[in-house]
Amino acid sequence: MYVAVKGGERAIDNAHAWLAEERRGDTSVAELSLAQIREQMSLAVNRVMAEGSLYDPDLAALAIKQSRGDLIEAIFLIRAYRTTLPRFGYSEAVDTGVMACDRRISATFKDAPGGQVLGPTFDYTHRLLDFKLAADGETPEAATAPPRMETTPHITEFLQGEDIIEREPSSDTVPGDLTREPMSFPAGRAVRLQSLARGDEGFILGMAYSTQRGYARNHAFVGELRIGKVPVEMEIPELGFAIELGEVELTECETVNQFKGSKTVPPQFTRGYGLVFGQSERKSIAMALVDRALRWEELGEDNLGAAAQDEEFVLSHSDNIQATGFLEHIKLPHYVDFQSELELVRKLRREAQELAEDMAAREAAE
Amino acid sequence: MSLDMETNSYGGGFATPPVDAANAFRAAMNAMARPGTLQNITGAEPPAGISAAAGCLLLTLCDPETGIYLAPDVDSPGLRSWLAFHTGAPFVAADQADFALGSWQALLPLGQYRIGTSEYPDRSATLIVELTEFAAQNASLTGPGIKDSTTFALPDLGACQGNASQFPLGVDFFFTCHSQLAALPRSTTILAKD
Amino acid sequence: MKTKISAPARKAWMSLLAQADEAELSRLWQAFDHSPDYSWLRPPEAGGVMVRGRMGGSGAPFNLGEMTVTRCALTLTDGTVGHAYVQGRSKPKAEIAAKVDALMQTEAAQNLRQAVLEPLQQVQQARKEARAAKAAATKVEFFTMVRGED
Repeated sequence: MYVAVKGGERAIDNAHAWLAEERRGDTSVAELSLAQIREQMSLAVNRVMAEGSLYDPDLAALAIKQSRGDLIEAIFLIRAYRTTLPRFGYSEAVDTGVMACDRRISATFKDAPGGQVLGPTFDYTHRLLDFKLAADGETPEAATAPPRMETTPHITEFLQGEDIIEREPSSDTVPGDLTREPMSFPAGRAVRLQSLARGDEGFILGMAYSTQRGYARNHAFVGELRIGKVPVEMEIPELGFAIELGEVELTECETVNQFKGSKTVPPQFTRGYGLVFGQSERKSIAMALVDRALRWEELGEDNLGAAAQDEEFVLSHSDNIQATGFLEHIKLPHYVDFQSELELVRKLRREAQELAEDMAAREAAE
Repeated sequence: MSLDMETNSYGGGFATPPVDAANAFRAAMNAMARPGTLQNITGAEPPAGISAAAGCLLLTLCDPETGIYLAPDVDSPGLRSWLAFHTGAPFVAADQADFALGSWQALLPLGQYRIGTSEYPDRSATLIVELTEFAAQNASLTGPGIKDSTTFALPDLGACQGNASQFPLGVDFFFTCHSQLAALPRSTTILAKD
Repeated sequence: MKTKISAPARKAWMSLLAQADEAELSRLWQAFDHSPDYSWLRPPEAGGVMVRGRMGGSGAPFNLGEMTVTRCALTLTDGTVGHAYVQGRSKPKAEIAAKVDALMQTEAAQNLRQAVLEPLQQVQQARKEARAAKAAATKVEFFTMVRGED
């Protein structure tokens, strides 16, 4: 007989205490400070900010420390904290055209005005483990050159001159906010982009990769990828004008996609867009590919039945906190549910056995 | 804006926002849960022209995502800057309002407010009706939150009955006077008091 | 005494304060050594602001994610009101920013500009230039090489 359980309080308390001890690890090893995590694990911090959907490097560092480096757990902590913050308002849309670019590359135009700036990239490293890093005390220094302080124009602007790439009609429509209104389908591009920007990097990467391998292929080139800081402005109601609240680091990717034209649109290049908090290059490229794949309907393309074209599929499964919550809950006590299943299976077995015995008896009689 | 007015428009908010807002919210919630009962609500001192109860309600319920419509009789630069500072709420036309404030006459016609949709009945307006007094009782109320029945003073029996007849659509009402409020949700059945 | 303030001027210093490094701002403020009497209109509170981007960088807006912001408002004894909206969750930083905003509307403005705002501006500019100088050193000229017969 199975029955529901309650209790376990002491065991749970003790489990938490042990968790805390394990988190700290060997106490003869120096404890990590939040500043160390923020400065030296900055790409993990960036991922937690992007998918936690809250830009605050110190909080993200705390979450990583508390979660023992489990980034999805850290994202969960940030999402939970986020809900406790009063919402002061919505910023003006950031202008990525004024970004102070640490990195800015184009795979389509080698002579991009403003130049190709590699920035602090892994791209041309040899991916060989550097055993020098195992020793302490390294203080590497970057080279410098006369700085360029002008703003860097977007590459798609040059293509727009020829009308050979679709235009992004400017508008000031108030976008839907999935943190305020439950998502409904069709969600529209604004909510899609919000959902992708906070979606799981691995999931978005997998979806993007599927389009490259031929499931709703859309022939993407990275027209431009830029990383750097932009100021965030918000209109302050009591002042009656906008001020800058601070700066956020962003990664922006614009893809240029080959497009043969459709019933409604002439042959031209189309666009996919990725924008992510922090230095999150892989995520922003993947986001741009998935954004482009999801735009099939507005561009008059065929629905090929590919997963990356299915808005409901992509948006409903991109959130790693929803996913992990539902996935992991099945390990928690389900004793009562399971007991009913157990009784059902026993009953079915009994009936099957009775039927078999019945048949055997009948055969014997004949 | 003059200096005095600027300073005044920032004063009069909740002194300890978490506690004051929680108390005010409790009063508002109890009022809605027990239609027709009077609740005390205090903590804020709004600019002249609206009741303390209405001021407390707006500070408690409004934020940058709730549009407020100010009827002509209460609309003033002083009130607008007070609400802007304390709530950040945008000012909108009656047909887009989440909350509307004014006297009964000034808020009319009721038909201009959002009543929600059958999928989302909550996408409707809440009207905060300023009264000079809780007058002689003319209505008998029954329905959720009311044991047997209760009596209340409504500004216009027919209009309120018309609103309730649209249930689950419709608007909800708070009635405010000095530092007291009462509420009439759309779920309440209204009869003339005999 | 309150002086006439233009919105662009106030926007400029409030923006500078919002982006300032807390340690730097705190050091400059303490060196300025001026602690005006004030009362809170809104004590410091941390909250979130939803940051918006634009599709394709220039199209329709969408919600990207939130950032933490701390705000407060205070009034000096002469009635001057100082506001602060600053990135992050630091209440001391918001308090200093609101005091600077208030004093910038008074006769103290000239001294305060020299003692706090100008050094902050310089630090910020130097930081931006240092980063841009490292970026400039990674600027690359790609050239395509013709291979085989044409």
